[in-house]
Amino acid sequence: MSALKIKKGATSHSAYNLRPTFSDVEERHTLAVLVENEPGVLARVIGLFSGRGYNIESLTVAEVDHTGHLSRITIVTLGTPQVIEQIKAQLGRIVSVHEVHDLTVEGPSVERELAMFKVTGQGDKRVEALRLADIFRANVVDSTLESFVFEITGAPDKIDAFADLMRPLGLAEVARTGVAALPRGD
Amino acid sequence: MVVQALIDQGVDTVFGYPGGAVLPIYDEIFQQNSIKHILVRHEQGAVHAAEGYARATGKPGVCLVTSGPGATNAVTGLTDALMDSIPIVVLTGQVPTFMIGSDAFQEADTVGITRPCTKHNWLVKETDKLSGVIHEAFHVATAGRPGPVLIDIPKDVQFATGTYETLKPSTSHYQPQVKGDMEAITELVAAIETAKRPIFYTGGGVINSGPGASQLLRELVDATGFPITSTLMGLGSYPASGKHWMGMLGMHGLYEANMAMHDCDLMINIGARFDDRITGRIDAFSPKSKKAHIDIDPSSINKVIKADIPIVGDVGHVLEDILKVWKSRGRKTNQSALAQWWSKIEEWKSVDCLKFTQTGKTIKPQHALARLEALTKDHDRYICTEVGQHQMWAAQYLNFEDPNRWMTSGGLGTMGYGFPASIGVQMGHPEALVINVAGEASWLMNMQELGTAMQFNLPVKQFILNNERLGMVRQWQELLHGERYSHSWSESLPDFVKLAEAFGAKGIICSDPDDLDDAIMEMINHDGPVLFDCLVEKHENCFPMIPSGKAHNEMLLGEADTQGVIDAKGSVLV
Repeated sequence: MSALKIKKGATSHSAYNLRPTFSDVEERHTLAVLVENEPGVLARVIGLFSGRGYNIESLTVAEVDHTGHLSRITIVTLGTPQVIEQIKAQLGRIVSVHEVHDLTVEGPSVERELAMFKVTGQGDKRVEALRLADIFRANVVDSTLESFVFEITGAPDKIDAFADLMRPLGLAEVARTGVAALPRGD
Repeated sequence: MVVQALIDQGVDTVFGYPGGAVLPIYDEIFQQNSIKHILVRHEQGAVHAAEGYARATGKPGVCLVTSGPGATNAVTGLTDALMDSIPIVVLTGQVPTFMIGSDAFQEADTVGITRPCTKHNWLVKETDKLSGVIHEAFHVATAGRPGPVLIDIPKDVQFATGTYETLKPSTSHYQPQVKGDMEAITELVAAIETAKRPIFYTGGGVINSGPGASQLLRELVDATGFPITSTLMGLGSYPASGKHWMGMLGMHGLYEANMAMHDCDLMINIGARFDDRITGRIDAFSPKSKKAHIDIDPSSINKVIKADIPIVGDVGHVLEDILKVWKSRGRKTNQSALAQWWSKIEEWKSVDCLKFTQTGKTIKPQHALARLEALTKDHDRYICTEVGQHQMWAAQYLNFEDPNRWMTSGGLGTMGYGFPASIGVQMGHPEALVINVAGEASWLMNMQELGTAMQFNLPVKQFILNNERLGMVRQWQELLHGERYSHSWSESLPDFVKLAEAFGAKGIICSDPDDLDDAIMEMINHDGPVLFDCLVEKHENCFPMIPSGKAHNEMLLGEADTQGVIDAKGSVLV
């Protein structure tokens, strides 16, 4: 599945060996974890993060292979290279986990997130919101005389940027799905 | 079905305690003769007994307990087994599936509670899946880095009939890598050939890999002539009488072992995990060495200490490959540098860090263990311990010649482990001399198991070093908390002889060094459980000691070294 064909849990051939392992600079990594779709599997993964004090910036999960009984968990996490390496090894140790991939180091990947924004207001602010939404290719999925609900898809920083713009224009509520990601190419 | 699956897995002994939610399984146990059931007195005892059995026999230990409190009482044992990588399979009863979530009588979310303290666990809701899950559970418990697993079985699933899946080779996707990477192995061999100050640092992984791994380790150590030290968990993988043996390392390890770890230029970690009891201050840990780390669990590598040569694989397989490559390249080592290294080590050894003098009319704990060693070393002997000073003294003063003969709670440090563990060991080795070296406080934590030992006529010897104190706590309070001995003194201790007699066991009390040998012989020769109350010096401290927050070369060797050594930063460490 991965471009580099890195074996689950392997450390000797990891791309990490190219960088200082015990650097204290925190990095953001996107991990794709293929797990057995069974009760409690999400709790195992989340319990690992809380129990060992790792960060979760975002987490999404859904079944991706019904016949193979597999779900895909995409986790965005923050840590030093050593911590990231530990997270991957610890994930690989969970019996229900089939594969762990670090999309940040295993080659180029695409990341997308879906978000919905409710913006309330009247007059110019309302027009401005609609105009900006158009620039960001956000769709209007609900509208009243005093509100819009926009739907936007994109990389997380694009969604952050859109949120920053909407805030002065009457941003009332936000719902975000968290990141889904796939490696590019084949 | 459960019993059949256990029989097919080769289980001959189950440690358990019945209750409402496991009655159907107990009914089946009643109607068969293949599996022996040992009725413990507390579920924690069942799990520790299974751990002792597993560690002494190399086979997974099995427990059967009921739902709710039965399962929660098993949690300490499960955590202990997880920390020390002991393969055990725990079967718990659960309320019927249609009552799960209703706060039924003796209901607990067992899989939820035990998720972080098992390697894996299952709640089986369909009888048809039950036998398959049990087989898978044995595979998971023993494959890769061993550990505890738990199967939660609702009562209606136990009652229902279903199809039985016979035992087949595992088709599980869980197949950990056992062969090490040859490139890394070759790199390690090259380092072995040139090392000037090498050291083997071995751990429980060697023992978990099986007796073959210990054999290969001995071959490698003796052929290279490198010195070897071991963690608490790895004692016995290399014989204490072996000429390259340096004794245990770590917080209460031997001076020569810790000094050699600090000054070495090549450290070969085989199946150990750079635990904080070993490393002391991390940034001062063996600063000059290249470090190779062989471990079956990839998460152990680079977790604490950066490995220069990481090798993921089973110790036995990797050692075999190392030997093969090293021999094929001409069995080279740096002889002259090694000779210098050994003369340095002999210098450290001459400090004789374990020396003590038995004077006066009070037994020194070190003396008690030295005498126990002298009088039992020729027996077919297995040693368990509880946790505390006595555990460290046992590790220092008893010698282990073979693997699987030393059962102690290393990672979790569970007081109350040793007595039930000794029961499990005796079940695995009915003819052997099984001794639990204990402190009086630890021993009281699971003293109820004396009933078990009596009921099943298990002649376990409980050798209690009684100082009427929580010795290790007292030692830390003396060194770190201004001699304020907050609650480290037990008042109202029982009369251990009478206590033994109340259960129908034999009690022996000894307080005079002159009587000690006879008393120990009396203990050994008694055919049945013995409670040996050895009254020892009350304020003895355990040395050598690397204080919290210090490096290996900053060891304390005795009382004279202890003034003001631990600073405020060190005192927050445990």
